[in-house]
Amino acid sequence: MIVRLLQRIAILVASLFVSSVVVFAFMAVLPGDPARVALGVSASDSAVAGLREQFGLDRPLVDQYLGWMHDIVTFDLGDSYISHTPIGPQLADRLLVTLWLVGTAMVIACIVAVPLGTLMAVRHRKPSGLVLSAVSQVGVAVPAFLAGILMITVFAVGLGWLPANGWTPPVDDPVLFLKQLLMPALSLGLVQAAVLTRYVRSSVLDVLREDYLRTARAKGLRPMQALVRHGLRNASVPVVTVLALQLATLLVGAVVIERVFVIPGLGSLLLDSVANRDLIVVQDVVMIIAVAVLLVNFLVDLAYLLIDPRLRVRG
Amino acid sequence: MSKDRRFGRPVRTAASLLACGVLLLATACSAGSTAAGSRPEGPGDSLAIGLTAEPSNLDFTKTEGAAVPQALLYNVYENLVKLDQRGRIRPALATSWDLSKDRRTYTFHLTKNAKFSNGAPFTAEDAKFSIERVIPKWTVALKAPMGVVDHVRAVSRDELKVTLKRPSNDWLYRMTTRVGAMFSRTGTDKLATDPVGTGPYEVKRWNRGDSITLARRPGYWGRAPHFDTVTLKYFKDPTAMNNALLTGTIDVIGAMQSPDSLYRFENNPKYRVIEGSTNGEVMLSLNNGSGPMKSGKARQAVRYAIDHKALVDTCWGGRGKLIGSMVPPTDPWYQDLTDMYPYDRAKAKRLLKESGEAGRTLRLRIPTLPYAAACGTVVKSQLEQAGFKVELDQLEFPAAWLTTVFKNADYDMTIMSHVEPRDMTAVFGSKDYYTRYDSPAFRKLLAKADEGSQKEQITSMRAAARTLSKDAAADWLFLLPNLMVADADITGLPVNSVTESLDLTGLSRSGSSHPAGSADRS
Repeated sequence: MIVRLLQRIAILVASLFVSSVVVFAFMAVLPGDPARVALGVSASDSAVAGLREQFGLDRPLVDQYLGWMHDIVTFDLGDSYISHTPIGPQLADRLLVTLWLVGTAMVIACIVAVPLGTLMAVRHRKPSGLVLSAVSQVGVAVPAFLAGILMITVFAVGLGWLPANGWTPPVDDPVLFLKQLLMPALSLGLVQAAVLTRYVRSSVLDVLREDYLRTARAKGLRPMQALVRHGLRNASVPVVTVLALQLATLLVGAVVIERVFVIPGLGSLLLDSVANRDLIVVQDVVMIIAVAVLLVNFLVDLAYLLIDPRLRVRG
Repeated sequence: MSKDRRFGRPVRTAASLLACGVLLLATACSAGSTAAGSRPEGPGDSLAIGLTAEPSNLDFTKTEGAAVPQALLYNVYENLVKLDQRGRIRPALATSWDLSKDRRTYTFHLTKNAKFSNGAPFTAEDAKFSIERVIPKWTVALKAPMGVVDHVRAVSRDELKVTLKRPSNDWLYRMTTRVGAMFSRTGTDKLATDPVGTGPYEVKRWNRGDSITLARRPGYWGRAPHFDTVTLKYFKDPTAMNNALLTGTIDVIGAMQSPDSLYRFENNPKYRVIEGSTNGEVMLSLNNGSGPMKSGKARQAVRYAIDHKALVDTCWGGRGKLIGSMVPPTDPWYQDLTDMYPYDRAKAKRLLKESGEAGRTLRLRIPTLPYAAACGTVVKSQLEQAGFKVELDQLEFPAAWLTTVFKNADYDMTIMSHVEPRDMTAVFGSKDYYTRYDSPAFRKLLAKADEGSQKEQITSMRAAARTLSKDAAADWLFLLPNLMVADADITGLPVNSVTESLDLTGLSRSGSSHPAGSADRS
């Protein structure tokens, strides 16, 4: 067990290191000089050189990388090249917004996918099951931003039920917050739900063929009762894995959705910072996303160790 | 086995809830922090304006770009003098001013009542402090015109004398722009986040990535503005901005970036579309210093080859004025030079042949900006019809375009809107600028304009603009229109965008009893 755990931790640390190197290397080869962008069109070469020195862009790449790692490990991210204000608090604000969005989308995906997928599995030979299956196939193919634009056209501009864009923190105005959150979270969540539904379906189908379910039926439980009492918990394990793996897709989807709905989250910050060549901020945002994905995968690995005794014994 | 099962069950249940639960819990726990805001509520006393470029910080002494002065100048900061809608210099913090006989010393008589938002009174000492601070402390390139100041003296609490090294008409004009903004001697510590000015508004709240909210200052020395709060909301995507107006999230689109979508607002009595002029000359810049465009005949061929009317119709919805040189109609020396190179494809072909550059491929390197992307292909096709060979590259703006075209002048042609006011000197006055235009006669005219009387200034600037156009130093495609869309009851919108400031002081809602309601000029 301990060996397994240490192995997993070692993998996590190695992955974090590799991602940080990759992120840093990409920033280093990106064309365009951050100092010149910061100083604008008419800056003299000496002013640009001065700012490069101030940013530390004239130092060797290894030095720059180590400096950045030091900032991250000490949680002191320093000041942005462009806004001259501390990066840390800004990242925290933006991360919170994105977590609301992604979290709500996850919940929506679960609420829709679990009953729907189960239904599809139970009725997999009946016409209703086939129709549901086809619908979910369409859902998988629709990008989240397209769903978002359609929703804006219908519910905001057409019917005027919901605001087309914007963001209000829940403490300021909970009702407006929910109104503004609904469409972006739905457009992200429903597309996720379509993907998830198909995993729930196949997972429940597998469980339906298991012996213990037949035993449960033999004890006198009706099919649905048997499934809910004994089957769903077993079927949930692979679904949880998929859910965790989908987090990365969801975060990427959020970048686009935030632009469509004008939400000041991590994704908007990322796009703005790329455009402004605020490379320090870009590095930090991409790294946060990488850490989030790796960490969730690590937690899923841990959950396996806890759930499946065989993995512990064979360790 | 049975022990495992007893222990395993709750763990397994918990694990199955993990992905759904943890994220929600984590976010719910930290809900107390504020991340972003929206338009403040309140009927009639608040206004939300949609704009495109958000400032990266609030300090225009150290940050380039138009976004910071757009939000703060004349609203939060005030100048000694300001520009009106017709481009004339008007009193602001200075109620009047005199110019000495040798045209070198300005004496400003200042208002006695102005106060900064930090409580300090505005005096001649603050004005002296602000002017003297520009050259040593500011880092933006726009500070250069202040180099002509020789010395500044506060004669009394409300009288200021500024002596220049040589006469300069341009200096007084520049005092209406950001370099003329008045700062408090005790309020320059945190310019990037907490600006301190004498204006009718102060920055109440800044939600990064979303909006800046300005609040009316009690006890402002001048006429109080109508709106209690004005929220400037920033949109990267023009469709999102249009939707925000259609659904009532904002009241005004401050700068319309997609003329094609105006149809959604025109002929709808709920909205009013306003079209004025700007200082943004959309220019087909030519590399005068090297490559095929070094040849004057080839440049002239370019000017004859372009059908400007057709071009504006195709790429900017037919909105935008044709100017023919580097002067917008709101400048006193404007003249219509569009007939200097009328569209003539045969003549273009002939000139191109005579120039000896006919076989060479021109690199048209355009930035990824809406007007450049829209017009680039039209320019390419019109030039090719006149016998040019054109290769079109898109360069990411700002980073790649700045390095390749602007800094290294590694281009033959590009498309760029030069939005700075009265920028003929900056863009063509130095052979080191990316246009690489080098004409001693032109520079002489500029110098004469700056030092002479107002009448001489107008005559010489006209001659300079004519020289520039005749030399075909560039081709001026069109002047960007100032397109605004507003709820029909909003009045007092600045129709012409002649300053760096989006002047909010005259805005009102019709039907309100507030005196500011009479300020509508549209």
